[in-house]
Amino acid sequence: MRARPIAGILLRQFYLIRGSPVRALPMFAWVAIDIVMWGFITRYLNTMSAGRFNYVPTLLGAVLLWDFFTRIMQGVSTAFLEDVWSRNFLNLFATPLTTPEYITGLVLTSIGTSAVGLLVMLVLASAAFGLSFFSLGLMLIPFLLVLFGFGIALGIFASGLVLRLGPASEWLVWPMPALLSPFVGVFYPLATLPRWMQDVGLLLPPSYVFQGMRAILAGRAASAGNLALGAALALLDIVLAGYFFARVFRYALRTGLLARYSAESVS
Amino acid sequence: MLGVTELRKSYPEVVAVDRVSFEVRRREVVGLLGPNGAGKTTTINMILGVLSPTSGRIRIAGVDLARHRARALAQANFSAVYASLPGNLTVRQNLMFFGLVYGIAGLAERVGWLLEQFDLEHLKDAKCGVLSSGEQTRVALAKAVLNRPRLLLLDEPTASLDPSAAQTVRSRIRGLATEGDCGILWTSHNMYEVEEVCDRVLFLSHGRVLLEGDPRRLPSQHGASTLEELFIRLAREPLSESLEQAV
Repeated sequence: MRARPIAGILLRQFYLIRGSPVRALPMFAWVAIDIVMWGFITRYLNTMSAGRFNYVPTLLGAVLLWDFFTRIMQGVSTAFLEDVWSRNFLNLFATPLTTPEYITGLVLTSIGTSAVGLLVMLVLASAAFGLSFFSLGLMLIPFLLVLFGFGIALGIFASGLVLRLGPASEWLVWPMPALLSPFVGVFYPLATLPRWMQDVGLLLPPSYVFQGMRAILAGRAASAGNLALGAALALLDIVLAGYFFARVFRYALRTGLLARYSAESVS
Repeated sequence: MLGVTELRKSYPEVVAVDRVSFEVRRREVVGLLGPNGAGKTTTINMILGVLSPTSGRIRIAGVDLARHRARALAQANFSAVYASLPGNLTVRQNLMFFGLVYGIAGLAERVGWLLEQFDLEHLKDAKCGVLSSGEQTRVALAKAVLNRPRLLLLDEPTASLDPSAAQTVRSRIRGLATEGDCGILWTSHNMYEVEEVCDRVLFLSHGRVLLEGDPRRLPSQHGASTLEELFIRLAREPLSESLEQAV
């Protein structure tokens, strides 16, 4: 992989974000709204429980981690969609750019945009609602890494899906995190779910993160084995998503979909 | 600069390009002519690496496209009327972006030089989406020569230009071939333009090369008074008759 083409993908996204408040605002606006809303909900729940249980780390912490995952996923897919919206595939893929270089550029873009969102969430959650991430200790790092890995995988998968199904399928991309959230137990233990949903949840890396987070907040140690399993699943998902994208790309080259993508002639 | 051998693209219900072979040599402008649906854009898309051939071989500056895609495409560039540059980036931003993607060293200087050469200096901070057709064509051409390509593919580069702007673009492109080191494959429906610019033409119909030769001699060789007349006759005839006539 060469650095210059990857830098090109990054620079293009930087130009777009710098030149457009419409693109810059969602990097932090929605996560800020989420933190504020859930912050007040947790405050209200704390009042109701009369100090018997502190909802801030459990609920607000979960919201923050989930939003981080969502931002990572959408960071990759939105960067990809920029090429869909500007009908840039022909210009882009008639260059020496390789698919690994392109995807790396999308991932680096996502790291940049989601880092802004994470920072805003951390500042807001701790300053306004007293959320202390020190309570999670160093485990916060592997938690974020697992969510990061799975967010990347889902973003690449979503991009492949849009490439295969056409521009209108971007509407399938946005609700993907919401579709997964009941299965991974963001706000409740997996044991709450019916058996089949638990089985699905166990295949999804974020389940191990939220399980671990709740264990730490309950004063227990997070299972290193479970977290390692979550990390391994996230890595596997990245490989599978990369394979899926490469397969779709080859299909698009073979059928002519790439050359006449905006025509939506392939379903 | 370009070697195309037995190139074929078939879909389940149609053969778009059928065993086409040709070459574009250094400093040569080759016109790829044919009616709509003849297979010109399909051929160009295969050369650009955005469409896989069913069979056949493409070599750009001696590099096999199927085996060394990135290396081969680094030697080529293109401009097409249906592939405008992202309209949400400025002229300079587009050139910087594509310059990095092509891996060009000394990019800022190269972009500055191209802005000057293509008379885009005053438009460098304008978004490409708001430029006129002529200005967009100039930007697309500047992008097309960013990487000093050895093969330049131009798909109807003057299609949306007024006669004066088209004349300027034609002479600039002709200059690229004669003064530079590249070969050019050019498609156009403007026969006057083809006669003016191209050293050689290939006439494509039903996915096959029917005729090849000097655009200034071909009409008389085939009993037509002009290239346009020859074009119309070949385009309207069924494939079997066209093949007989070509022979």
